[in-house]
Amino acid sequence: MISASGVAAQITELFLAVALAPLMTGWVNQCRAWLQNKSGPGPLQPYRMLGKLFQKESVIAYGASPLFRITPYILFGGMCLAAAIVPTLATDLPFNTAADAIALVGLFALVRVFISLAAMDIGTAFGTLGARREMMIGFLAEPALLMVLFTASLISQSTSLSITVGKLLQMDLAIYPSLAFAGIAFTMVLLAENARIPIDNPATHLELTMIHEAMILEYSGRHLALIEWAASLKLFVYACIGIALFLPFGIAQGGDSLGLILALPVLVAKLAVGGALLAVIETVSAKMRIFRAPEFLGTAFLLAVLGMLVHFLLES
Amino acid sequence: MLPLSSQVINLLAAILLLLAFAMLTQRRILSLINLFALQGLTLALSTAVVAWSTGQSHLYWSALVTFALKVVVLPWILHRLIRRLNVKWDVETLLNIPTTMLIGIVLVILAFNLALPISQLAGTITKSTLGIAMASMLLAFLMMITRSKAVPQVIGFLAMENALFFAATSATYGMPMVVELGIALDVLVGMIILGVFFFQIRERFDSLDIRHLEKLKEE
Repeated sequence: MISASGVAAQITELFLAVALAPLMTGWVNQCRAWLQNKSGPGPLQPYRMLGKLFQKESVIAYGASPLFRITPYILFGGMCLAAAIVPTLATDLPFNTAADAIALVGLFALVRVFISLAAMDIGTAFGTLGARREMMIGFLAEPALLMVLFTASLISQSTSLSITVGKLLQMDLAIYPSLAFAGIAFTMVLLAENARIPIDNPATHLELTMIHEAMILEYSGRHLALIEWAASLKLFVYACIGIALFLPFGIAQGGDSLGLILALPVLVAKLAVGGALLAVIETVSAKMRIFRAPEFLGTAFLLAVLGMLVHFLLES
Repeated sequence: MLPLSSQVINLLAAILLLLAFAMLTQRRILSLINLFALQGLTLALSTAVVAWSTGQSHLYWSALVTFALKVVVLPWILHRLIRRLNVKWDVETLLNIPTTMLIGIVLVILAFNLALPISQLAGTITKSTLGIAMASMLLAFLMMITRSKAVPQVIGFLAMENALFFAATSATYGMPMVVELGIALDVLVGMIILGVFFFQIRERFDSLDIRHLEKLKEE
């Protein structure tokens, strides 16, 4: 059943995600700059960069197939859809019946496949290298992410994200070891999937260790702008999944329009704190060798599975 | 909705399981000893919480003994040993961490399944943690199997004793005080004897790799 308030919440949420995602990335970068005793470009820098890139001419490499052209649009569209599925402001979303948590992970996988194919399409060494590394990280991070979502689904007996969040909101305040495990595992997956520091360095363009940047080296102009925007959206969506599963208080339930208005400042505050924490994690840790990434993500998988098992043993 | 003390015990049990995994996959000897001390601390805390919530006063004493032995004395002896043996920064190289973790997960599932019917019979507030105790025991056992250096093996043995102690607390609120003191003394004496063994092994083979002990003949 689709209600008017549900549609309003859905539209607000989607536009908010698209508009705020670059700000979130800028905020994380600004916090990192502060922690490194630099003044930093300010949290609005990603908007300026997007504006600049949209005005520039887009150059396509010689011999690029149509796949290379459409990938930025698929990326951006996929991330917008993901942002629409995750309940960030209210649990009563019309889109939620369309896709559950497993479909969300599938959507991330689809986007990953397209960007890897586009990176290999040009035929440069860097693109292929980045694509291979991305697929390696992806196939290790995906089961861990699924296990985290399953832990939350087991508690709520449903894989639909909005039902899960609704159940989590109604739970009594208690210590849930399973959710603590899942939370740590999710943070590790977030770092790996968004090319953050222990796995990849988002600040570098010319190093042999890069993953995300290696794949998008050949893009320019509006294509690059869309890809960067999609990357910001991905970080935003991941942060929102984390908030929805582990700190759900403040999210409006049902067709509560007052709750929807109140949910907005709560969400922004939670995102600001989360972004600052992300910057702290990135500042205190060093980038790992790529061959250590399987251990890192294996640990994330282990924690998520332990969370699930501990739920069966201690909380059922 | 569980009472708060039960929740805290469950959380400590979950931390114990996490520490068992951390020890299983830790390559550095120094960090291994620190993890062992942390496991002892968690054990002492959970015993104290059980004592407080059930009113079993003898458990306070066993928490105290656990703290003194497993957080203070044994880690101190181990630190001294690795300093004297000059293996403080030793790293276990032959250890495939992802595979070990996967085997560990299988062991945990096995232990949880084994413990489920037993814990349903028990009437203690800690009954659900029996599975975690058994899992920690199996993980410590796995650690002893996968390690080839002498010091990590001994730490695995001590971790196994920790898990057994936790199992006793969770199933029956601990053993009689005499038995507990006896075990504590055994562990302490065992540790001292193994410490002497380390020096002997190193003198004989110039390394602490116990695979040298598998050869029967001298060539």
